[in-house]
Amino acid sequence: MNPPSTRQDSQVDRTSANGAPSPLEIHDLTVAYHKKPVLYGIDLTVPAGTLVGIIGPNGAGKSTLIKAIMGQLPATSGWVRIFGQSFKEACTRVGYVPQRESVDWDFPVSVMDVVLMGRYGRLGLFKRPRLEDHDIARACLEKVKMLPFASRQIGNLSGGQQQRVFLARALAQESDLYLMDEPFAGVDAATESAIVMLLQELKTRGKTLLVVHHDLATAKDYFDNLLLLNMRLVAFGKTADVFTQEILQKTYGGRLTILSEVADTVRRQT
Amino acid sequence: MSAARPLLLGLLLLIGLTVLPPEARAERISEIKKTTFAESAARFFTLRDPSLRNALIGSVLMGISCGLLGSFLVVRKLALMGDALSHAVLPGVAFGFLWNMSKDPIAIFVGATVAGLLGAGTVHLIRSTTKHKEDAALGFVLASFFALGVCVITMLNNLPNAQKSGLDKFMFGQAAALGDQDVVLMAVVTALVISVLAIGFKAFALTSFDAGFASAIGFPTQLIHYTLMLLLAFSIVVSLQAVGVVLVSAMLITPAAAAFLLTDRLKPMLALSALFGMAAGAIGSFLSFVGNDMPTGPLMVLAGSAVFAVALLFGPRHGIVARWLRQRSRSGRTRRENTLKALYHVLERREFKGDDVSIRELAEQRRETEVEAKQLARELVRHRLATTNDSGEALYLTPAGWQRACEIVRNHRVWELYLTNDAQYAADHVHDDAEKVEHILGEETVREIEKRLNYATHDPHGKLIPGLADLNAAPFSGRRGARATGYGAHS
Repeated sequence: MNPPSTRQDSQVDRTSANGAPSPLEIHDLTVAYHKKPVLYGIDLTVPAGTLVGIIGPNGAGKSTLIKAIMGQLPATSGWVRIFGQSFKEACTRVGYVPQRESVDWDFPVSVMDVVLMGRYGRLGLFKRPRLEDHDIARACLEKVKMLPFASRQIGNLSGGQQQRVFLARALAQESDLYLMDEPFAGVDAATESAIVMLLQELKTRGKTLLVVHHDLATAKDYFDNLLLLNMRLVAFGKTADVFTQEILQKTYGGRLTILSEVADTVRRQT
Repeated sequence: MSAARPLLLGLLLLIGLTVLPPEARAERISEIKKTTFAESAARFFTLRDPSLRNALIGSVLMGISCGLLGSFLVVRKLALMGDALSHAVLPGVAFGFLWNMSKDPIAIFVGATVAGLLGAGTVHLIRSTTKHKEDAALGFVLASFFALGVCVITMLNNLPNAQKSGLDKFMFGQAAALGDQDVVLMAVVTALVISVLAIGFKAFALTSFDAGFASAIGFPTQLIHYTLMLLLAFSIVVSLQAVGVVLVSAMLITPAAAAFLLTDRLKPMLALSALFGMAAGAIGSFLSFVGNDMPTGPLMVLAGSAVFAVALLFGPRHGIVARWLRQRSRSGRTRRENTLKALYHVLERREFKGDDVSIRELAEQRRETEVEAKQLARELVRHRLATTNDSGEALYLTPAGWQRACEIVRNHRVWELYLTNDAQYAADHVHDDAEKVEHILGEETVREIEKRLNYATHDPHGKLIPGLADLNAAPFSGRRGARATGYGAHS
């Protein structure tokens, strides 16, 4: 079986049709977590203006892939290019939505404070947010219908509302490539459909989005491209092409036992 | 944001003042001790005596820097790091003394900082190379460095020419032993802490809240973390003389923990924490002075703990007293609402004929004694939900009382219906849950549920659900003796 994107064609197809560098290009990326390899030899080129859902079983390395793209986990081999640059050079063009559980919601900040953090990348380490940044933050809050909650402490929000705040923060980054880690986890139905609409809108504005998703049932409705992952990139392409019984079986039908066994051996020996 | 600036300038000014040379001449310590409490208090607060001035200013400075850094430790969940660092600096103090066999503040500062960073480095090394987690690593590094420090200091104290080294003061603190040079050093460190935190506030706040995001937008999270740790080491080292190795971590954590109970914004938390730290420092050194050379550290920590206890008890939002009061008012409201509901049930049973309910009827409905029912009735009257006749034997609902009674019964029955219809509860399972929920359902939620239930008129037990018309009607106005209308009547 030949997935639409394989090692061979990604090396050839470095740029999109008009010659601009691809928003995200990954070449032979292997990532280890606590010295145990969790992703093997990922090759990937994402064209601009696509909405990609990343799916795969637990422990498939979905979040790891996101973190590795951002250089937060060291790659044992391979490289990542964002718009033809390293992540460090291009990081202001990347918006990020971490998993909701990754932060402490008792932290003493307001909703507005959190959304303003989306502007920090552009402001750099020392500049204070200006009036203009506040305006942008307010507009982003309005977009996710959270403006009435702007002065609340973030712990006094429902799960769906917290997720919207994270999305507003990512919007405030005004990026071209968005990496989102499980934005649909634990949100209410209203928030879920609001997020779907937001993703679609960003896509039509030419943004590129990679979204880790855990729900197979909705994956094929929400995303027009899917990336199926299980320690290895199983397939990447149009949803209609890759959301097939055969590929799903390959992704979810048990771990790639040899790969994970070798990974354990590697960890024990180093 | 802009309000923080004058505060900052004020703090920096305060620090500047401390560096001015002392005016008054030193008096003999023995003379100071033979005074009454009032005299020593006066002496303390007029700051006539330079050693007292040093003690007070030093404690206040320590309170500021520890309070500010402590806030970040608390929100970063690194409270134990303060403990580890402070214990780890002790051998450094001893080796700093060994440098030229004197209590040279600079040598001790350098030695202690190096030892503290070595300790932190060791923790990091153990955590990243073994399967030990941070807690175990902190636990034993702290103890071994401390043990080494105690041994070296004891050896130094046993040397013939170092009898009066005063190194033991580093254990529990003696603010009165602070020299001019020590205070200058404290002022410099505190100014450094304030400036660095003010300049990099954004970065410190973001990395504390969401390190993953911070690194995603290109912030050097490791560098920011180590900057904070370095400031922490500096402030611990200069605080040692005032509060001592054993308890300095309490000066970091206690004021910040108290501030965290009082606010849910970072900047007010920092300001409050610095304030509490200053207060604890000043009170501690004062008590130590009037208390005949009690060690300062424990007194400061006790003062800080007192502040924390006050915050815990009397904090406006999360304080125990406030929570208790809220709980009490809520249970009072629930009790009144249950009385109203009982009145409604009595009226309903006689198909709303007559608008008076006797105390006896209320008592029977609630399965209580008439004395208890009378008490409930009085409470309703006090809250203007009902009135009584002159004899006090009959109760009439006011418009407000009638409306609330209808609301409660409506909430109860709508919720029961929702549970049986939508949530597939058995009809005999739903009553207890509705008893609780009826008091907290909001109008909006009820309308949403009603919509889902297609504006059903009867609850699972076949009773009529009071409708909007009943809610808005004055009790029985124009339809005395009529029955409640229910939704069927106005849809």
